[in-house]
Parts: sequence; structure tokens; C-alpha cells
Amino acid sequence: MSASPRKTDIGPPNFEKFLPPVVKTNYGQWKYHEILKPGVMVHVAASGDKLYTVRAASPRLLSVATIRMFAALADRFTGGFLRFTSRNNVEFLVSDPANIDPLIAELKKEGFPVGGIGPSISNCVHTQGWVHCHSAASDASGVVKSVMDDLYPHFANMDMPGKLRIAFACCLNMCGAVHCSDIAILGIHRKAPKIKHGDVPKMCEIPSLVSSCPTGAVRPATVDGLQSVEIIEEQCMYCGNCFTVCPAMKIADAENDGISIWVGGKVSNARTEPKFSKLAIPFLPNNPPRWPEVVEAVRNIVDAYAGNARKFERMGEWIDRIGWPNFFKLTDIPFTRYHIDDFKHAGETFRRSVHVRQV
Amino acid sequence: MSEERKKRETPLLDELESGPWPSFVKEIKKADTAMADDLLGVLERSYEEKIGHWKHGGLVGVMGYGGGVIGRYSDLPQDFPEVAEFHTIRVNQPAGWFYTSDALRTIAGIWERHGSGMTNMHGSTGDIVLLGCKTQELEPVFAELTAAGFDLGGSGSDMRTPSCCVGQARCEWACYDTMGACYDFTQTYQDELHRPAFPYKYKLKFSGCPNDCVASVARSDMSFIGVWRDEIKVDAEQVKAYAAGGKLDIQKDVCDRCPTGCMKWDGAALEIDNANCVKCMHCINAMPKALAPGDDRGAAILIGAKAPIVGGALLASVFVPFIKMEPPYEDIKELLSRIWDLWAEHGKNRERVGEFIQRVGLGNFLEQIGLDPVPEMITAPRANPYIFYQDTVEDEA
Repeated sequence: MSASPRKTDIGPPNFEKFLPPVVKTNYGQWKYHEILKPGVMVHVAASGDKLYTVRAASPRLLSVATIRMFAALADRFTGGFLRFTSRNNVEFLVSDPANIDPLIAELKKEGFPVGGIGPSISNCVHTQGWVHCHSAASDASGVVKSVMDDLYPHFANMDMPGKLRIAFACCLNMCGAVHCSDIAILGIHRKAPKIKHGDVPKMCEIPSLVSSCPTGAVRPATVDGLQSVEIIEEQCMYCGNCFTVCPAMKIADAENDGISIWVGGKVSNARTEPKFSKLAIPFLPNNPPRWPEVVEAVRNIVDAYAGNARKFERMGEWIDRIGWPNFFKLTDIPFTRYHIDDFKHAGETFRRSVHVRQV
Repeated sequence: MSEERKKRETPLLDELESGPWPSFVKEIKKADTAMADDLLGVLERSYEEKIGHWKHGGLVGVMGYGGGVIGRYSDLPQDFPEVAEFHTIRVNQPAGWFYTSDALRTIAGIWERHGSGMTNMHGSTGDIVLLGCKTQELEPVFAELTAAGFDLGGSGSDMRTPSCCVGQARCEWACYDTMGACYDFTQTYQDELHRPAFPYKYKLKFSGCPNDCVASVARSDMSFIGVWRDEIKVDAEQVKAYAAGGKLDIQKDVCDRCPTGCMKWDGAALEIDNANCVKCMHCINAMPKALAPGDDRGAAILIGAKAPIVGGALLASVFVPFIKMEPPYEDIKELLSRIWDLWAEHGKNRERVGEFIQRVGLGNFLEQIGLDPVPEMITAPRANPYIFYQDTVEDEA
């Protein structure tokens, strides 16, 4: 038996032991930064010290082999120091500028291109999808890979009017919280769960199944003499929480699950307030492995933005300036009844003026 | 790949190995474990059938913790036995996601010995995600992680793993020490992080400036966004250099984009009416060498953001317009404990604090917390006259 006591509640390691010396010396003393070229920036401290950052793309889903490869590159070029960003990029923290280009060359050789800084498309944050999630209405990694293969030139070059942030969530639980992104790609279920009544008594606890439904759509019922539940379909908004507690409530539906596209959200306070993304396209089919309809739809929106927005303008700021009718016209996206909100506070989005451009 | 492992045919997924963007399919193949083989197999099945094959369920975890492990099972265990149990372990990331190569190799080694060899760097909330662990391996992974100085993050109805932007470690705009604050709060609330006792999840995120690089305004129940109170610092020579550089039109790209129109440029000097600056960051973002946040720095605390489930998505709203962020943050922790006490007592199951505030009313919430209402909390006073007055004169019967 081990003599050492079980350790608990130690918390994460103190970040200080992972900071490069130049960061420790200049912590809180940074003066300004400059973007030197795509994916490379320099931060200059009041002391005159400089820290170079090389940012590379990542699929987020990483093998330990790739983590070891990153560690080896850090040993060669940065003294062993690196970090990850809130958008799942990997950043190498370089002290000697002579190491920048050799590092970029090695990253490219390994298949990890450099970019995503400044007026560009940074990495697409995303969820687990079919790789690991029980309530996914689509795959996350496959859609993101397909979309980013197509948009790659905008990651590798700073050719956008402003920052463009794309995010993917595979159902409306949104563990990727995509609801404030320039472009949000959102997996959607469109049918209430199908109940396998024979399995409910065997696999599920009915009171916790009933209480799992946020809208009260699941109710106890006796079906063919068996204790089961029924669903009031009009009340279901396809969250999958009942499937979470009861595998007999299958929500996935190959023909009806798919993808919706939302635009114009942001979290930054720059110029305008943070805002939600709004519905652009209500439904596109799941078409693996490369989801051509989704790739085409996202590219179309990116192109309309890139061709029409002003310098620094985010997607939502551009749309607010030109008006939603012009957005639908410029993108040639059909406007449907689904675009009109019918949940709580829906009336707040109805137009209450005659301030309408004639388009 | 070892000889005895059967190679699965995955023609659909193989199409995702090409192209300029890094390929997750290559990553799963590079993991080179029996579990990764079956992960690829079941994913190929999903690509064929357009449907997922995972089940939630079962309480799994490590001894003494209620959070940090999410149970995951395949619904095709007979076809893919290696991923029949495929649980997620959330490991609390170092603040700012800084690592040394040695630290990364330590994690890689633990995960190679005990799991699928697949990770997320990082999960949506910020944790290191170890993807795919069999039930029997959970305790051994936990023992090795803690021996190496790592611990689990949150899951379920607990305080979720706090996260923060790079802050003062590298960013000149950070108005407080985001990494220091994130580490401090995480260590203070280990019990709340590891043992779910709330109505639902509670997320803390720390952003150093109003650019909000960790999306705290959209994603956290309590959002700390760095701001300053005094004047924007101006380096007049650098402003001229930007003007002369030709890449930036200071009138059009900076002054005309200021949301309050508080900047004037006469071709030689920039004048800022700081009393009308709302700290949006645009001019500073556009001219980082010339402009900087002032010296009287702190944070605004916002409350109540969430994604759609249950009652619709919410952005956080201003709760404390300005507070100095100084360790040990006792005033903030006092405020936080009052919020947690009220919400734990009166919140419904699966009701986030933002929804709770909408249900009981911000006015009532503030009164219970003991915080005075201030006009910075709203965009406009109410337009409806349905006021529940509390200070009416009673009849003397």
C-alpha cells in the first residue's frame, strides 16, 4: 500500500513557473505591440525588452504525439515556452528573432500553418460533435476542417476589413457559446426525441427524466401497460437534456438534423457594444465528409463582408450600417418566416419605424 | 501501429486528411492507440449514418469529487469495445494557458499510459480535456496528475473552471492582473469547483480590457473586464508617426469611429475629451504605439451571461461599474458569497444566475445582495408603469 496520502484540491499549478524569463521580468510593464507579419507579433516592454509571438493553427483535437512535437519545437526555438490562446491556437514565445522563420518553416512542415493575428480569420472555436458528444446534431471537427480549408487564405493573410471570428457548436446547448460570433455555425435538431417505451422502465428513472426537461414537455405516461413518458412536441426545443439522463429518448435524427448559420455577433466593446449573432440561414443539410453546402454558405457571407465592410468594421457593425434587407440582398440569402423571432421578447426585433431603405 | 491491432477502413474520414488546415483525422491516427482506432471507427460510422453514437450517463468520477469527469459511453460497445467507456477528464489549465515543454510532456506521458492519447487543447471553458478514459483508469490518472501538480476542473452544477486572458503577462492593455486573479479565485474556491452544490453552473472569467479576449461578457456568470477611470495616455510623437505612416487615416479610421465622438484631430495633434470616453478601446486598438489605457486601472464586474438553454441566451450586464482589483480581493469574494448564498437558497434547479435575476428582478436581487442601484447598470430606465412600490403610506385603521 502506498504511504503517500491522497492529494486533493491542490488546484492548478501556479502559472508563474511556466512563464519565460522575459515575461517574468516585464510582467505588467509592456508598452506596445506591433504585428510584424501574418501570425507574428512583437510586444515591447518599458525596459526595451522584446517578446516575439508566433501563432499557429490547431485542430484543438490533439494527439499526445503532436503535443510532444510542440514541446520539441519549443525546446529548439523558445527555450521551452509556449501557450495556447482562447481560440485554441498555439503560440510560441520567442526571445531571439532569428528563431522566428526557422520555427515557422518547421510548423509548416508539420502541417500547422501560422497566421490568425490582426484583420484575419483566426481559429474557429468549436465543440466535440460526433467525436465525443451525446447530443450533437452534426460533427464539429469535420465541418470546421472543411470550412477552414476553404477560408485558409484569410487565416494566413491579413486581408479582412476587421477581425472575423467564426465559431461552431454542435447543438443549441452551445458549450462553444457561439452566440456572439461574427459567423456562428450551429448544429440543430428539428424533431422531438423518439421514445423507446420498452427501454424507459429498464434504463431510466422517470422522475429525473421528467424534471430534466427545461420546458416541462416530458410528462409521465403509461404506454401499453408500461411506465413511460410522453412528449408535448410543441414545447420541445431540441436541447437533448432528456437524452442526457435517459438513453431511451433518442434525439438524433439523420434526415432532420443539420446546420444553421448565424451572423453579426461580437464580444468586444470596440466601437459598438457586444451583440448576439442573428439567424442568416435556418437550415443546411449534414453532408459529410466535407459539408459542401455549409462551406459555400460561409464563404458567400465572408465574401460579401470582405467586399463591402469598411476598415475595422466587424460583421455585425457592417450589417447594422447597411441594414438587414441589404444583407439578405447582397448575400442572396432567402428571408423566411424562421428569421422572425417568436420566443420571449420577440417583439423587440420587430421594426417599429418606417426607416426603411428602398432596396 | 502494433501488429495485432486491426486497421479499420475509414474512407470518408480519410478525405479530411488533405487540405491546408491541420487535420483532426491525422491527429486521431497519430494517437496510435487501440482506443483511438475504435474512436476513428465509430466516427466513420457516424459519417456514414449522419448520427452520433455516444451516450451520457452513469455517475463516474474520482473519489471525493463530484465534478471534473463526464461519463461517456458508446451505444455500439459490441462493435467498438475499446471506446465502450470513453469518459472525459477536465484538468484545470494553468492561468493564461502558459506551459513549459516539460509540463506538456508530463501530461502527454500520463495520458499515453492511461487513456486514448487524444486531448483537447483546450475545452470550451478552458480546461485541458483528456478525451476518452476507461472507468478503471480514472483514479490512476488522478493520482498521477496530482503528483505532477495538476488537479481536476469543474463540471455539473458547480463553480466551473475559471479562465482568463493573457493579461499583464504579455498585453499592454491589461488593466489588472487577470492571471493572478484567476489563480487566486481558483485556489480560494476549490471546494465549490470540485463538489457541485449550486442550482447550476457558475462561471468566472477574467478579461484584462474591454476587448474581452475570453468572451466573458457572453460566457460567464461573473465577468471581470478591465477598465480605467482616468485619461487615455497619448504619445503625441507616435500619433504623428501613425499619421505620416500612411496606413491609417486618423480622422476617418479613428476619430470618426469613436462611439461618443470625443476625439478631435487637426492634422497635427489629437485632442481627447476623456470625460466622454466610454473606454471602448477602438482608438487604442488602432494606434497601440501612440495610445494606452490610463493609470487608474481596475475592472467592471458584469453578471449573468449564458448560452440559450434554458430560458434563452443572455449577455452579462454591468453589476459593479468600477472596482480596484487588488489581492486578496476580499470585497469581491464577500460580494460573491452573498450572490451564491441567495442563488443557492432561491434559485431553481438548472437556473443560471442571469435567469434567476430575470425571474426575481434586478432591483430585488440588488436589495438582497446589499448593492445600491446605479444608472450605469441599465441602458434606460423602465418604460412600463407596473411598479411594485415598497414605500407607500399605510392606512391608519
